[in-house]
Amino acid sequence: MTNLKKMLAGALCLCMAGSMLTACGDSSDSDSSGKKADAGTNDGADENNGGADLSGKDSTKVYNIYCWNDEFKQRFEKYYEPVKDTALWDGVEVNWVINTNEGNVYQTKLDEALSTQVDDDMKIDMFLVEADYALKYCNSDASMSIADVGLTDDDTAQMYQYTKDVMTAADGSVKGVSWQATPGLFLYNATYARDVLGTDDPAEVQEYVKDWDAFKATAQKMKDAGVYMVAGFDDAYRLFSNNVSSPWVDADGKITVDPQIKAWVDMTKEYTDAGFNNKASLWDDNWKAGQKIDGKVFGYFFSTWGIPFTLLPNTLDKSVDDGGAEEVGNGGYGEWRACPGPQAYFWGGTWLCGCATSDNIEITKDIMLKMTCDKDVAKAITEGEQDYTNNKAAIQELIDGGYSNPFLGGQNHLALLTEAADKIDLNNKLSAYDQGCNEKFQAAMKDYFLGNTASYEEALEAFKTEVTTLYGNLTMD
Amino acid sequence: MKKKSISYAKWGYIFLLPFFITYCVFNLTPLVQTFYYSFLDYKKDTGSVSIFNTGSNIINNGFCGLDNFKTVLGEGGEFFKTLKNTTVIWLIGFIPQIVVSLLLAVWFTDLRLKIKAQGFFKTVIYLPNVIMASAIALLFYSLFTQGGALYTVFDKFTSDDISLLNKVGGARAIVGFINFMMWYGNTTILLMAAIMGIDPSLYESSQIDGATPSETFWKITIPLIKPLLSYVLITSMIGGIQMYDVPQLLAGDSGNPSGSLKTLVMVIQTGKDSNIGTTAAISVLIFIISAVLGLLAFNAMNDKPVNNKKKKKKKTYPAKGGK
Repeated sequence: MTNLKKMLAGALCLCMAGSMLTACGDSSDSDSSGKKADAGTNDGADENNGGADLSGKDSTKVYNIYCWNDEFKQRFEKYYEPVKDTALWDGVEVNWVINTNEGNVYQTKLDEALSTQVDDDMKIDMFLVEADYALKYCNSDASMSIADVGLTDDDTAQMYQYTKDVMTAADGSVKGVSWQATPGLFLYNATYARDVLGTDDPAEVQEYVKDWDAFKATAQKMKDAGVYMVAGFDDAYRLFSNNVSSPWVDADGKITVDPQIKAWVDMTKEYTDAGFNNKASLWDDNWKAGQKIDGKVFGYFFSTWGIPFTLLPNTLDKSVDDGGAEEVGNGGYGEWRACPGPQAYFWGGTWLCGCATSDNIEITKDIMLKMTCDKDVAKAITEGEQDYTNNKAAIQELIDGGYSNPFLGGQNHLALLTEAADKIDLNNKLSAYDQGCNEKFQAAMKDYFLGNTASYEEALEAFKTEVTTLYGNLTMD
Repeated sequence: MKKKSISYAKWGYIFLLPFFITYCVFNLTPLVQTFYYSFLDYKKDTGSVSIFNTGSNIINNGFCGLDNFKTVLGEGGEFFKTLKNTTVIWLIGFIPQIVVSLLLAVWFTDLRLKIKAQGFFKTVIYLPNVIMASAIALLFYSLFTQGGALYTVFDKFTSDDISLLNKVGGARAIVGFINFMMWYGNTTILLMAAIMGIDPSLYESSQIDGATPSETFWKITIPLIKPLLSYVLITSMIGGIQMYDVPQLLAGDSGNPSGSLKTLVMVIQTGKDSNIGTTAAISVLIFIISAVLGLLAFNAMNDKPVNNKKKKKKKTYPAKGGK
């Protein structure tokens, strides 16, 4: 009798301890789309992101993808799934693990997961990287060279060279591929252009924003008409930060602020004091509100993904989720135009990397081939999503076919992007710490623009404290 | 079955075991480790990652004595600055919290007022505490951000178009208000329990002697609930020193404007992936502060109450004016 009781009590104890342990051991892949999120928190972005209980499943039957928003997920579901190699995918399901980019959350989670990959039963098969930290994963043994995945030079021949350069490791192997090239343009509100400048023709408007002097003169005109030239502080940031002469962090781990970055600070301070911007920060509600057709903001600097992923959903009066259609008459649809703007630049970009310990390399190859090398898929993505795909032949065919974009009032913006894409050069501009440096710098400077910190030097000091807390191994003068 | 008495004591310990095991694994070990790390010159390069050789991005220069503490406490260190921020924000929330809670607790327990629908009010004032702090923070963020509903209201009274969230005073006031709103209900209920524990005959006799309500409040209620008041004060301090979620969601990792919302825990959260040594040092300092406050609370709870009550019961009302 006592023995039975003992056994019962023991079993109960075990159950209790066990339940506590499982509660603590929950996989840390929950999505945390914060208020500001990042490029991609479309409404409803957080459905079935990871979190699925995969314990006990065969890792070869689960294809694990790490990413930071649902942009790739959308493309994947819409353009890859119809053409996927069903034999390879037989019985295999995709597991998306989505963590926000902001505050290095994605990198931290990914690094944690990678560090245990060798012994882990559940292997990561693919992870996505952004330009801001591409170098880190490119120079790591975590990413697999695409030659090992099975891609040939012929497969990637139509890609823009810079998208390959970014992911080329020291030994010359390419570690990742992208389905998009991300040259940037200046997107402007055609209604305000007609009202204030008297024309909405992209070629003529370009004259008004062709360099920073012209840009400022136009900003004054806009202000007189009660319209802000740009939404906020960070809008023009990439135009400067992509034209730097040296990266944020040099080989010795020393942080330097490039003269171009300083020029951005000076210009933005001037614009803020003059009332040329609406004091918004990237991704915040105020910044988004300006993208409505009556949002009192003349233009936004957007890279290719900005049109389908940010501007389009934000400018619609009735969102697609609420049953609104992407057509002229719904908010600002058809009332935006694009022109090259004052300076060539790029912004962002997403690369697919195969994970070195993956046990589904054949699938990785299939995804990479179809999503990034296939001309027809590339054409379909550009036509369906207005995304600028990383396939010169596809883009050329579209341009030759008389491409016109109804969102931009029938404009052929691909021609503009092609010009810009050819100019992109990322040599000696990227460091592995760009994400944190950019975020912390923008945050510190926002204080300066708003007048909370008295001087640039003071704001710089705040940046130094913050960034060296975030990256303990870096130094700054 | 021959034994007359069976000792069940060991079962008590066995049932306690799961708690102690989880505590040791998940609380005590990290705690000891944190102390250990705080004496190491230990950093991690988060700009590189390796899958096969996990040690390569760790920069561990070994034991460095009190250098980490010197760094965080010294000039340019973040400890005092963020401690001050934390304290100021905590005070902004705590002072109204204790005042309002006391007032409500006294009203609800007043024999003569007999407030109706007490259950309803008690529930309503407690309700904000049930909602997640992060949810409330996000709500306030959207109310006060540029273009938000309350931004539009406050904009009418200010000379510029900058959101309160972007001003030092405004941002601190909002965080303080959220803390106040979340915790005054809880404090009210605690204080009510304390006040209801006071012998009603004390109030009756004092009223017969002609004491005014404010006199009974200051000379009977306050002295008798002192232990609980100090308990509330100190637990709130311990909670306050760990403030993180609300300011972080309103102001981001940098705690802007001007780093005025940057709390101690925010520094830990920013640096934990890279600056392991100095971050551990800050954690240890927080631990020491909390431990001291905890001891004070322990003393406040254990002391006097029983003695006091007896003494006070014996004395007549006018005689105990002093304390």
